[in-house]
Amino acid sequence: MKNFAQLIKTLDTSNKTNVKVEALTEYFRHASDKDKVWTIAILSHRRPPRPVNTTLLRQWASELANIPLWLFEDSYHIVGDLAETIALVIPTTENQSDKSLSEYVEEMIVLKTKTEQEKREYLHHNWLSLNYYERFVFTKLITGSFRIGVSQKLMTRALARVTEMDEDILAHKLMGDWDPQRITFQKLVLDEKPADMLSKPYPFYLAYALEGEVQDLGNPNEWSAEHKWDGIRSQTILRNGQMYVWSRGEELVTDKYPEFQSFLNVIPDGTVIDGEILPWVENSVGSFNDLQTRIGRKTVSPALLKKVPVIIKAYDLLEWKGEDIRELPYEKRRELLEEMIDGVKDFNLPLQLSERISFKTWEDALREKERAREVRSEGLMFKRKDSPYLVGRKKGDWWKWKLDPYSIDAVLTYAMRGSGRRANLFTDYTFALWQDNENGEKELVTFAKAYSGLTDKEFRMVDDFIKKNTLERFGPVRSVTPKLVFEIGFEGIALSGRHKSGVATRFPRILRWRTDKTIEEANTIDDLKALIPH
Amino acid sequence: MRQPLLAFNDKGIYCARANVYLDPWRPVTNAIITHGHSDHARWGHKNYITHHQNVPIIKHRLGDISVTGKEWGETFSVNGVTFSLHPAGHIIGSSQVRVEYKGEVWVFTGDYKTEDDGIATPYEVVKCHTFITECTFGLPAFKWLPQDEVFKDINAWWAQNKAEGKTSVLFGYTLGKAQRLIKYLDTSIGKIYTHGAVENMTEVVRPIADLPHTTLITRETKKEEIAGNIVVAPPSAHGTPWIRRMAPYVTGSASGWMAFRGARRRRAIDRGFVLSDHCDWQGLLESIRATGCEKVISTHGYSDIFSAYLRDLGYDARTEHTQYEGETDEGESKTPAEKEEEEA
Repeated sequence: MKNFAQLIKTLDTSNKTNVKVEALTEYFRHASDKDKVWTIAILSHRRPPRPVNTTLLRQWASELANIPLWLFEDSYHIVGDLAETIALVIPTTENQSDKSLSEYVEEMIVLKTKTEQEKREYLHHNWLSLNYYERFVFTKLITGSFRIGVSQKLMTRALARVTEMDEDILAHKLMGDWDPQRITFQKLVLDEKPADMLSKPYPFYLAYALEGEVQDLGNPNEWSAEHKWDGIRSQTILRNGQMYVWSRGEELVTDKYPEFQSFLNVIPDGTVIDGEILPWVENSVGSFNDLQTRIGRKTVSPALLKKVPVIIKAYDLLEWKGEDIRELPYEKRRELLEEMIDGVKDFNLPLQLSERISFKTWEDALREKERAREVRSEGLMFKRKDSPYLVGRKKGDWWKWKLDPYSIDAVLTYAMRGSGRRANLFTDYTFALWQDNENGEKELVTFAKAYSGLTDKEFRMVDDFIKKNTLERFGPVRSVTPKLVFEIGFEGIALSGRHKSGVATRFPRILRWRTDKTIEEANTIDDLKALIPH
Repeated sequence: MRQPLLAFNDKGIYCARANVYLDPWRPVTNAIITHGHSDHARWGHKNYITHHQNVPIIKHRLGDISVTGKEWGETFSVNGVTFSLHPAGHIIGSSQVRVEYKGEVWVFTGDYKTEDDGIATPYEVVKCHTFITECTFGLPAFKWLPQDEVFKDINAWWAQNKAEGKTSVLFGYTLGKAQRLIKYLDTSIGKIYTHGAVENMTEVVRPIADLPHTTLITRETKKEEIAGNIVVAPPSAHGTPWIRRMAPYVTGSASGWMAFRGARRRRAIDRGFVLSDHCDWQGLLESIRATGCEKVISTHGYSDIFSAYLRDLGYDARTEHTQYEGETDEGESKTPAEKEEEEA
């Protein structure tokens, strides 16, 4: 645990990539195989199940720190992170433990089955036998919310250095559905076993947002374009009579989309399709809101299947006839994809081609982009015709050209402290728009929450304003004097019965602080509703 | 009901009977000043009274003012009210103010810490009935380590940076923290360089504090000369063109706020050292207990939470809003002029 805590501390402290990779490499060089597997699992969000709920954690931590629960809660609101709060309020003692990471994790797995009294004793004992930072890491493992500034990519790079394996091959091995409790390091990383590869997806190739002018891409003839669909990016794998559907978050979602079972025995074995899962309602693409009703469910009811059927819009073909064809030029892969889809067209599969857009000039492309909202896409994708399918986010061959977000001017009405690097600063805001109430008076109605889009300096200024203009406190939330106006951007908009404003917005964030506007100049709920596509 | 001995009004903490203000934030006739930080020692009062160690400091900051220096424990009376200054241990020359009238005693702490830092005269417990306390770090999440341990870490960090061929840039606010850092840096590792704002203040403090030699960085200072050494600078120097001359460098910050991971990450500091000139949670609670007071008034910091906890413990505790800021995330609060001075 000491080494793991030291690793996390270094990763958490440094903002330099090479320092992080170096720390990971050093750690992997010396860690036991078991610790390595658990470290890979934890850093790739395969956490052990949470053995204790946070209500109990708070209660037991405040007991051990000898402070009332309310004081613990208030401290937590200010510190902004539960594990950090626990680590801070509990005193450090002399009796130090040197159990390994895997010993701790294995104890935590068993802990889940223990009685409440046993859990309490376990936590009290361990909190007192770890130093401050170890206590923080230990508690993070318990709460399961392990988010530190290290991408899976950096971890893979370090592991590649230690094992002298190819980084992409390693990335492939670490994807998918493996259980850190059962798998060995030998099996997970070192062994070459084709059978294990059956369900494994390829790492997704991700596009960068176009920064300059579209004309900067050069000759339009070298590029292929299609709509950027707004659903769930997925990989559908057909191998050995089995089918697997992966989401981009590396989650196996096969069971959530039973309609794709119809691909079996129609699409040949040895096929991997990169595509977008989209709601398909009344013969056209539905809204992301529709899809949302299916994302959360583990099993899907027949009623929901009927209400929100889904399809895959296919972008690309990664494996064909059992061969990894990612090295083929995009044009060639598309040809194979189009042939394949054409070959199964009589079967009425929930599979469609994401059509390519024909354009001769960039002006043509712009015209098509402007249709995006009409067809419910987020904009256009450009793919270089001769490009291979790369791993991860790489610049140069794929670009996304998104529509400008919707935007509206709203008033800051509530604020909450942030977490992580924004702990102790008010950075999570609620915004409201004007609406007439039943007496015909104008009032502010909440429409969205946002917590990104300002610079650190602006956040500090708004934080200062909030502290000086607090009206009321509700636990961690403060209502503030309506005075500041912000331009809020969002990607999607739909009517909603669950929102007070009657409207749901997708991915709202702050575009800029409108210091030039008074609250009277902010927009109304009616202005917002007018943005809903018909 | 009798008028309280000290009241909070829009100018500061006021003793009406003596017509004296404690650390007023608006211009007044008579001001007793606890210490030199700019949220406590403000410009524009007619008469300043403070501890004599603080006299050169506030003269440096506020210019030509009319100021009387007092000894620790020296009493002076106005209209039956007796005042005296007692060490607060916050920074050099920092005082608590004891106010007594007809046997009733109030103490105002200004800013204070209970640990002896070897520069400021150590904090002294003053028995009182009503204790007006700061509580900048009035949360159980704040626990300081003894400064010896922190300086061991700081010096080890410096030595490590030097071994890696990097210059260490250590941030601490100009008055107080910078001198505390300078005093305990291990000069067997290398030389101590300073930012102009730190150097000026250190010069003011030198006659009263025993501090090692420092070298001011000027336009003529060569890059190669600074390499591997340590530079003490105010927090506001972070991210300015001035600091780029130290490259390759590593940044460290010494502040109580460094206890929070978020505070360090937000400022993109490479290394945070938890070192404060204020009391930690236990320090606050122990001092309050030691004064034997019944009433506690919390001024700046997490005062609402802190007062609520004191009420849980059975004290008659309340919060008063002042314009004191204590140690902010950015360092001790500063006047615009000081900010300019530091950024220059």
